[in-house]
Amino acid sequence: MMKISRKASLLGLLSTALIASLPLNATELNVYSARKEALIKPLLDRFAEQNDVTINLVTGKADALISRLKNEGQFSPADVLITTDVGRLQRAKDMGLTQPITLAEFPNSEFHDAEQHWVALTKRARPIMVSVDKIDEYKIQSYEDLTKPEFAGKICVRSSANIYNQSMVAALIAQKGEQYAQDWATGLVKNFARKPKGGDRDQIKAIAAGVCDIALANTYYLAAMQNADAAQQKAAQAVSVVWPNQSDRGVHINISGIAVTKYAQHKTTAEALIAFMLTQDAQSWYGKTNHEYPVDSTIEWSDTLTALGTFNGESIPIGKVGELNAQAVKIMDRAGWL
Amino acid sequence: MTALRLHKRWFFSCLMICALVLLPVLSIYSAFTQFSLSLWQHLIDTTLGLYITNSLQLAIGVAVLSGFFGVSSAWLVSQYTFPGQRWLQWALLLPMAMPAYIIAYTYTGMLDPTGPLQYWLRDNFGGTGAVLPEIRSLGGAILMLSLVLFPYVYLLAKTAFAEQQQNMRDVSASLGITGWRYFFQVAIPIARPAIFTGIALAVMETLADYGTVQYFGVSTFTTGIFRTWFGMGEMHLASQLAAILASFVLLLIFWERYLRRDMAFYQTGQTETTSLRVPPKHIQYVCSGFCILLLSIAFIIPSVQLILWATMHFSLAQLSGYWALLSTTVSLAIIASLVTLGVAVMLSYAHRITQHPWLGYINQLSGVGYAIPGTVIAVGVLVPFGWFDRQLNFAWYAIFDHYIGLVLSGSMVILIFAYVVRFLSVALHNTQSGLDRIKPSMDDAALALGHSRWNIFKKIHMPLLRGSLFSALLLVFVDVLKELPATLILRPFNVNTLAVKAFEYASDERLIDAALPSLTIVLVGIIPVILLTRAMQFKRA
Repeated sequence: MMKISRKASLLGLLSTALIASLPLNATELNVYSARKEALIKPLLDRFAEQNDVTINLVTGKADALISRLKNEGQFSPADVLITTDVGRLQRAKDMGLTQPITLAEFPNSEFHDAEQHWVALTKRARPIMVSVDKIDEYKIQSYEDLTKPEFAGKICVRSSANIYNQSMVAALIAQKGEQYAQDWATGLVKNFARKPKGGDRDQIKAIAAGVCDIALANTYYLAAMQNADAAQQKAAQAVSVVWPNQSDRGVHINISGIAVTKYAQHKTTAEALIAFMLTQDAQSWYGKTNHEYPVDSTIEWSDTLTALGTFNGESIPIGKVGELNAQAVKIMDRAGWL
Repeated sequence: MTALRLHKRWFFSCLMICALVLLPVLSIYSAFTQFSLSLWQHLIDTTLGLYITNSLQLAIGVAVLSGFFGVSSAWLVSQYTFPGQRWLQWALLLPMAMPAYIIAYTYTGMLDPTGPLQYWLRDNFGGTGAVLPEIRSLGGAILMLSLVLFPYVYLLAKTAFAEQQQNMRDVSASLGITGWRYFFQVAIPIARPAIFTGIALAVMETLADYGTVQYFGVSTFTTGIFRTWFGMGEMHLASQLAAILASFVLLLIFWERYLRRDMAFYQTGQTETTSLRVPPKHIQYVCSGFCILLLSIAFIIPSVQLILWATMHFSLAQLSGYWALLSTTVSLAIIASLVTLGVAVMLSYAHRITQHPWLGYINQLSGVGYAIPGTVIAVGVLVPFGWFDRQLNFAWYAIFDHYIGLVLSGSMVILIFAYVVRFLSVALHNTQSGLDRIKPSMDDAALALGHSRWNIFKKIHMPLLRGSLFSALLLVFVDVLKELPATLILRPFNVNTLAVKAFEYASDERLIDAALPSLTIVLVGIIPVILLTRAMQFKRA
């Protein structure tokens, strides 16, 4: 008797597990997101409410999600893939995991794939940050200036395992060629104040603590620190943004973006979500919440972003950056930037 | 049923389970079918040497330091009375509940040049930049990992020391072996299998660690795996690196097994234990001081820091959805630890009953998942399950004319399976060493008296094994609680765990927001530690 009930409960458990994994019905949208939950769910929730859609979300590292997508193949429940850099979108496209998106209106051409396999949702800039005490003395104007011998032992950058650095070097290869990028990376490493460690905020804090004078960091980290607790605000006040290469190729730009999966079962809903994310409302939410730049230049910036100043950004086909990612990593391997 | 048929049955079911558990590992090894010489050449020319030397230094450092912390504290609390000895016995297990990357984040927040301590030092004593040794370094990583991993050594060594009987010491004393000589020449050699197992677990976990070394900027084999995979998009090369790492660990394990091939370590099942010795007062204070200092650095100080951060901006709104988060995490950990324990007991039992030499090695082999980074395991799991789901769908279509979609991929089943693959080693080491200490002559005697195998298991083995089973369950439970990378990739839609929450904040350098989920992991991890202690005390009473 006892045995039977145990078996029954085991069966019950198993069938619950099975039912939980059965295909989901039409009013749903399944999202694989490399954007962390806190920075995507509020927008998804708003879309779900407005359109009466149930949204299912899994967040994770982009490449891991791409692996999952690939192994699930044609039966994957995922409808869209969201990433925080262009390289991974391109990688998903190259692996045949995405399909062209139909939208009434696309943002500027540099912010979507030529075959419309992905669209940018926000724009991110990676300028130079310099200690306010040294900014006049150093007169830094370009990324190239950072390789000057006078800055030996003065620069903090996070690990090149990070995609932002990889994309940055990849963009340099795209514009100036491999040897140029190699020389730049090698010169930069010579000027490191310490072995790369921590994240972008860490580099800004390191300037405030006097460990180094110059750092590379995405602006939204600085903006977030300006709006965080007292200690972080204090550290943020110790640095000032230098928009490099304004007379030539411009500051390095990356994007966060979205793609529709090849076997999406809810393609129309997925496209509705993308259109929603590109609306003025959603775009300014990103600006206010995560201090990223809108992809549409007509949309107004938040006060924090305006205070950081305007800039000219790189204008290369951004998909190219994704293709050159592996080459960039090899260059940094050789430069000893780990 | 003849004994031979019984043996065959156990042998083959054991083989089946091992094959299943090894599937993901095999799919990692299968990457060698696509070999690129130029990519390897690039690695050899640039970073491979660094990966190897750093990983070796890290592994040796953690082995030595966690061994020292674990063995010394276990020896003190199992042999001497001193103030606090009773509660320290269980409290020294607490650091286990602290995920390595969390303690790393916490100490960085305190001790980094950008942290409050160094600001204070600079303001009061002058100096610029870093005025203390860099915490985020190879040495720092060794320390952080040893602090949270030494309880593995402690737990196993303490049991081994406690089981060494009074007559052993009396005999040694009659031969003039006392004090330090007794410790090094008798106590340690007898406890060696347990100590080695503890250190092996710590080293395996160290080699699989990604979060800590990545944050500290220490380039190891594991960071190399992710660099080749994520950075270069070379999944095959990354799998090859993971396979080499796994092979290295297997060699180590087999080598140790080989070294003690002719030794046997049995306990007779007598409950008489050594009576605690009472050292002079000043020695007692040194003992207390050492253990409390260790506990403070490994647990109390980082916990207090986490509490400070968590309460800094605490609002009730943070608790919305917290209950669901907590119950998901705990039920996952309970289910996974029970399943893992079941598998481990079956495997160890098959080995004991058949006494087949192969099974010993095969069992060891199936524990290798513990040394492979969770993300790599997860992808190894995705491949065979994805294949199975596709075949199932095609078959279903042929019969019913429609697809049923993914059945196992994206379900809880695949996640729990991944936990088993990843943490089987932890449970197996406990059940195996527990069974090894029960003399086979006991089984023979009981069999001769006409008892069934099931009866022997229930009446003889279970009572003797209870401690081992409990610690296996506890260790896996806590490990699953802390597990991040495999959970992140394999979890079903809308399933969050505490570790996922903590990581999402921490990786965005939002330490203060990460504090609450981290603290909850630690608090939930304490519960089984307390249960385990009570169970052990109950047994003794």
